[in-house]
Amino acid sequence: MHELSIAMSIIEMAEEEAERRGGVQVLAVHLKLGDLSGVVKEALLSSYEMASEESVLKGSRLLIETIPVSVYCSNCRSEQKLHSIQHFCCPACGTATPDVTRGKELEVVALEIAA
Amino acid sequence: MTEPRLVEVRKNVLKQNDVIARALRERFREAGVFVVSLVSSPGSGKTAFLEKTLTLMRPQHRVAALVGDLATENDAARLARSQAPVRQIVTGTVCHLEAAMIEKALAGWKLNELDFLFIENVGNLVCPSSYDLGEDLRLVLMSVTEGEDKPLKYPTIFNSADIAIITKMDLADAVEFDQETACRNIQAVRPGMEVLALSSKDGTGMDAYLERLTQSASGRHVISA
Repeated sequence: MHELSIAMSIIEMAEEEAERRGGVQVLAVHLKLGDLSGVVKEALLSSYEMASEESVLKGSRLLIETIPVSVYCSNCRSEQKLHSIQHFCCPACGTATPDVTRGKELEVVALEIAA
Repeated sequence: MTEPRLVEVRKNVLKQNDVIARALRERFREAGVFVVSLVSSPGSGKTAFLEKTLTLMRPQHRVAALVGDLATENDAARLARSQAPVRQIVTGTVCHLEAAMIEKALAGWKLNELDFLFIENVGNLVCPSSYDLGEDLRLVLMSVTEGEDKPLKYPTIFNSADIAIITKMDLADAVEFDQETACRNIQAVRPGMEVLALSSKDGTGMDAYLERLTQSASGRHVISA
């Protein structure tokens, strides 16, 4: 359960960014979360709520966009979305591929700030 | 009232860890020490495996280890029997090692006097996968007693590692371990992943594994040259 420390990092980043922009109020944090990031969405959401309580981000929302795992298939020469992370093979042609192109994201993409 | 504004940030949440890990990797490279980390669930035999590794390698190589645990210094005491320098990292409530913990634990060690440094992560198949420790090689261990489907349950950790090690092979028959199925499951979540099966207790497979380590270590110097 490392979601709490991750939530705290997110809050810290958002606080710094808000500070840098002259102390604006943050309404929401937009996050990209890959299915292979090792972070559980639900645990992160509740950790965020708990951790933001004591910060200037109190009351803000964490909006998570989950990113499914994509791989590069050398046979199809294209990026393909996996059907299951238990099965790393191209959904189009069945070729096994370990070449992950998407799905490891853990990235703050944007902040929604009060105008 | 005006609409809220959306401002772009685009920052990796684990950037701080990644920056420290990158600096560590650079330091290890400059010092000429090859760094291997171990991840697995609790009880898969990491410490026994590491003790055996240190004992077998010590005559030919300068080896040391860092070992992470939530509590107690038992593992460091156990590993000290190998005569290699060992330091315990007690993480308290933290369920994984982070690059900053490695950096701190290395204080005072002369890395250029080492050939291999081993890092044993906290027993956990989830959290350690998110944190780069600056290692050259990450081994994920699974023991024959854990069941063949472990890779399917934890595809993320298998995707963060370089080599899979099946441990406790001396117990394989007793628990009716199906190695073929286990290997098939590893390949399903990480096609092409190298798998080594061994027993720290009776030594089966240890030679091939040590050979593999020394090979990668010397290979790295060629690549980085």
